[in-house]
Amino acid sequence: MMTLSSPHTTGSNTVSRLMLTLCAALIPGLLALIVFFSWGYLINAILATVTALAVEALILKIRKRPVLFFLKDGSALVTALLLACALPPLAPWWLIVLGTTLAILFGKHLFGGLGQNPFNPAMVAYALLLVSLPLLMTTRWAAVDQSADFGQTVTIIFQGGQTVLDGLTGATPLDDYKQSISRLTAEDVLVNPIYQTIGAVGWTPVNLAFLLGGLVLLGLRIITWHIPVSLLGSLALLSILIGSDADAFVPLSLHLLSGSTMLAAFFIATDPVSAATSNRGKLIYGAGIGALIYIIRTWGNYPDATAFAVLLMNFAAPLIDHYTRPRVYGHKAAVKGYKNEQD
Amino acid sequence: MSETKTLINNGLWSNNAALVQLLGLCPMLAVTGTVVNALGLGLATMVVLVGSNLAVSLIRNYVSDAIRLPAFVMIIASFTTCAELLMQAYTFELYQVLGIFIPLIVTNCTILGRADAFARKNPVIPSIIDGVFMSLGFLAVLLILGALRELIGQGTLFTNMHLIFGESARQWEWQVFKDYPDFLFAVLPPGAFVGLGLLIALKNSIDDRLEQAKARNTEAVKAGGKRVRVTGNIS
Repeated sequence: MMTLSSPHTTGSNTVSRLMLTLCAALIPGLLALIVFFSWGYLINAILATVTALAVEALILKIRKRPVLFFLKDGSALVTALLLACALPPLAPWWLIVLGTTLAILFGKHLFGGLGQNPFNPAMVAYALLLVSLPLLMTTRWAAVDQSADFGQTVTIIFQGGQTVLDGLTGATPLDDYKQSISRLTAEDVLVNPIYQTIGAVGWTPVNLAFLLGGLVLLGLRIITWHIPVSLLGSLALLSILIGSDADAFVPLSLHLLSGSTMLAAFFIATDPVSAATSNRGKLIYGAGIGALIYIIRTWGNYPDATAFAVLLMNFAAPLIDHYTRPRVYGHKAAVKGYKNEQD
Repeated sequence: MSETKTLINNGLWSNNAALVQLLGLCPMLAVTGTVVNALGLGLATMVVLVGSNLAVSLIRNYVSDAIRLPAFVMIIASFTTCAELLMQAYTFELYQVLGIFIPLIVTNCTILGRADAFARKNPVIPSIIDGVFMSLGFLAVLLILGALRELIGQGTLFTNMHLIFGESARQWEWQVFKDYPDFLFAVLPPGAFVGLGLLIALKNSIDDRLEQAKARNTEAVKAGGKRVRVTGNIS
């Protein structure tokens, strides 16, 4: 007779189910990016996926780990898709391949593989590329009104053809508003056709699509509400407290519905490996990211701030975990700080 | 191994100043952006290290332990000043490029470390040999790191070599990749950290392999010869 120890009912919460659900939840956002901006995101996604799986397999082989077992967990796929959503759609193909390789190699495996990485791998690669190749990373965004068809996009990505389109735009709405508001009033800035009543053309539906995917994840209990709510909350709060004057600061609607805000709030910041663990910790962690996003967007030099904000709070996550250790049931609360033995 | 061989092996590999002792990191990470900078700093460090080892070894029997460190620092500072003046005289442009990191050779812990750990206790000849090979090991790592960062950062090798070798060396520049977009990460200090980390990892993995090969080559204990461990694997 075979004896099994409890628990006898087990959930289906495996890593691979988690990761694949995450990928599925990314699809609405990715589709919106493709529809409203460029086919480039689709090509990015394919390139990143192929590269991520290949690099992952190669490194697992070198590290003498079971290749298929770890490939199937889908974590490389998530990293690849996140990067594909974050990188500029019309960047040359090698940028995506390089970025994904860096993410898997430097972001994940040098620290010991899945579950050991202190930083979000996709954001490590994004920040690395942004620091290293600022020109390519900020000028290869597709404009909404000037979308290239699939063939043209392929030409731009693989042959570096500047010639197909008249020009590639650099300014995202967040960037444009920040640059223009120093010399114009809000009314004059909003005349630019990239803005709409709420948020910016293209970016608003994209962010709503990511929000939808995020809500699905919440509903399936893949993520908890703490990080997204505190992140968006602190971003909104700072925006209302400091930047309520639309003639001087980027308005709240643009902060929430433009750039990568929703992607960061629901998909990037909630990475269970690099985020804080306890619920109280998650609230602090999310609020920190929201505040940093606002600070970097408002006073920093980079137009969108999510990568740096997430990485900085990744640094802080172990400290947050240390100070927000939940009380174990039946035990007294942990003693804070130094305490004399005699006490 | 004879004593000299041990000294050579220590300096170049098994006790390498940069890869094993991890000393002198500040100038190493700061100026290894190109091969020529690395070479300049490495040579200056070499002059100071060999000189200070020689001088410290000469006075080792006349300086009491209590005041040895101030004395050593004075010696090192004098040699650093010499190196600085020499560079001002002969390679002025490079001197300007390296800037504060030339005077800072005084604070390079490799040099004080070798003075205190080796030259103070050993005669002149071994001290000089130790100085030469310690600084050669340091120089080699600087050069590799400089080449790596120059190659990845700018896609070139040996730019501006005329700063050291005179006008004829201007043509040494080798454009490895055409139309290379500068990869700033490698040029900036974080690239140096990552590069050094990779070099250390490479050295450790080579050491591991050597050790494994050595273990494989040593003969297993003959069965029945004497009592041996009988549980677990005998390799």
